[in-house]
Amino acid sequence: MSEPTAAGAPAGNDRVAALAELVEATLGGRVRRLPSLASEIAYEVSAEHLLDVARQLRDAPELKFETCVDVCGVDYLDYGRSEWNTQRATGTGFSRGVARGAPRAEGPQPGRRFAVVYHLLSVSLNRRLRLKAYCAEDEFPVLDSVTGVWASADWFERETFDLFGILFRGHPDLRRLLTDYGFVGHPFRKDFPLSGNVEVRYDPEKARVVYEPVSIEPRIGVPKVIRHDNRYDPALTNAPINVQPKPNA
Amino acid sequence: MPEIRNFTMNFGPQHPAAHGVLRLVLEMDGEVIQKADPHIGLLHRGTEKLAESKPFNQSIGYMDRLDYVSMMCNEHAYVLAIEKLLGIEPPPRAQYIRVMFDEITRILNHLMWLGAHGLDIGAMTVFLYAFREREDLMDCYEAVSGTRMHATYYRPGGVYRDLPEAMPKYAYSQWRSKKDVDRLNERREGGLLDFVADFVRRFPACIDEYETLLTDNRIWKQRTVNIGVVTPERALQLGFTGPMLRGSGVAWDLRKKQPYEVYDQVDFDVPVGSNGDCYDRYLVRIAELRQSTRIVAQCVEWLKANPGPVMIDDRKIRPPRRAEMKGDMESLIHHFKLMTEGYCVPEGETYAAVEAPKGELGVYLVSDGANKPYRLKVRAPGFAHLASLNEMVRGHMLADVVAVIGTQDIVFGEIDR
Repeated sequence: MSEPTAAGAPAGNDRVAALAELVEATLGGRVRRLPSLASEIAYEVSAEHLLDVARQLRDAPELKFETCVDVCGVDYLDYGRSEWNTQRATGTGFSRGVARGAPRAEGPQPGRRFAVVYHLLSVSLNRRLRLKAYCAEDEFPVLDSVTGVWASADWFERETFDLFGILFRGHPDLRRLLTDYGFVGHPFRKDFPLSGNVEVRYDPEKARVVYEPVSIEPRIGVPKVIRHDNRYDPALTNAPINVQPKPNA
Repeated sequence: MPEIRNFTMNFGPQHPAAHGVLRLVLEMDGEVIQKADPHIGLLHRGTEKLAESKPFNQSIGYMDRLDYVSMMCNEHAYVLAIEKLLGIEPPPRAQYIRVMFDEITRILNHLMWLGAHGLDIGAMTVFLYAFREREDLMDCYEAVSGTRMHATYYRPGGVYRDLPEAMPKYAYSQWRSKKDVDRLNERREGGLLDFVADFVRRFPACIDEYETLLTDNRIWKQRTVNIGVVTPERALQLGFTGPMLRGSGVAWDLRKKQPYEVYDQVDFDVPVGSNGDCYDRYLVRIAELRQSTRIVAQCVEWLKANPGPVMIDDRKIRPPRRAEMKGDMESLIHHFKLMTEGYCVPEGETYAAVEAPKGELGVYLVSDGANKPYRLKVRAPGFAHLASLNEMVRGHMLADVVAVIGTQDIVFGEIDR
């Protein structure tokens, strides 16, 4: 289990370390480094600093992130929660994994449910950076729009608003983008059912398309299971030599 | 004195030049576009949400259906993201196979684009020519995966199986004369690699044919030169990638700048344009056809000389072979676990991008340690391109909208997801 680019890894990691120094020197305490793969670099920024951090990332001559490749939302409501209890199933057996209207156990900490992730690219310096900002309120998630910094964020923010219901303050035209005209709800939230809430069909008597509540029973094909795997345990990956498998074994 | 007003026109979603289900609301002043408002989402299937409810491997087939004219490149980005999180690397032969099929896919995509773009703005013949060659490449897809389009051929850790020793042949039937069948089977005598080698020998002459039809054609130039001009600075601001960015003169290609698989071991050039108009983007894509042919030829040569495994030998990720399962209890258990539950991917997040034919296709994958992705975001190149449509067509004539849609190489599978 080595890094994906085993041969090029040391050089790549040096580049990441150099970029991390630059970012921290320029942006100081406004960003916090997030754990990431060794070949990538990710920062968290608080909502109030988002705009000026974005502007500096674009304009600072040693950073020059002139392209915003992607903006997307993440809903952390179900993070780390499996649908099967694998520890104590012997006595009870496994369920179908479907939670019908059952109240959820505790979700993420307040203010940590919705995050917006920005993927930045510097074409001139050939670097990438991931920026993550959490929305302060879970009920009414709002962030500043970065459309003034990167024009490409326009549709990406509209999509995030449509799918997650995250509002972007200062966006010129925050309309729904991907869902149907008159759609209700934000389908990529984790509490939105996979089969949706309404279904459509053509009604020959009314001679038009009608919307009705879904008739599909919620069903889970493969339950989500989280299993601990020693091979990926960061504390164990640097195991002493004698524990590692022999080559050609 | 009558009042003069702009009028609003609806374009699509059922329009042959809308390349799928694009609905445009155009605000026109006479025949000049004042504002274009694309309405998208008519093909939204919620691919990313569906992927959250399935084990990792079961979503590979959904990726084919994103950009449904460059199927394997989409799979590639998804598979790369999983591999990055798992920390595995496919064997070299699998990497060469992937590069070869990525480039075959690029040729497929550019041929589709060339034919459709030509058809949209009045060049009928090139469509028929382009589809003639596409058919051969579809056969390559079919030979390795069993399907002509939605291959599901790439897997985390390699590819599904090695290249076939024999090409499938046409059978004699009452619907075709014996002479026709023999002619069709003539190139299919050897294995897949022989078939591809024969294709790359023939294909440069075919590109010359397309160029004879278009490159110096007066009507073609009238329809494309100085249409939809984008400056390099603006292209970067708008998040352009791929031929759209290179057409504006920015030499940016992930295969060169951030090489993945074995792109650093094959020899090819990155063509760039200078004016950033539809004609330059046409020239860039034609030049890319030639470069892709070069890469495919190099891969064929390497693959012929270097047999080997095409999948990593990790039983926790690769399903065991059928024969192993029959005689080995461990293999049977592994097979059962992999086919029902799948494998768990360590907690973390990553962004993997490939140079798809249309631009940078990225996959942002968040895993919480489960057997399903926690969040999957597909960054589609066409999405950023279509978002700039308003800017590109403003001030142009109505007929130029079709030229700009064509040059953006719009496919709704990836834009609506």
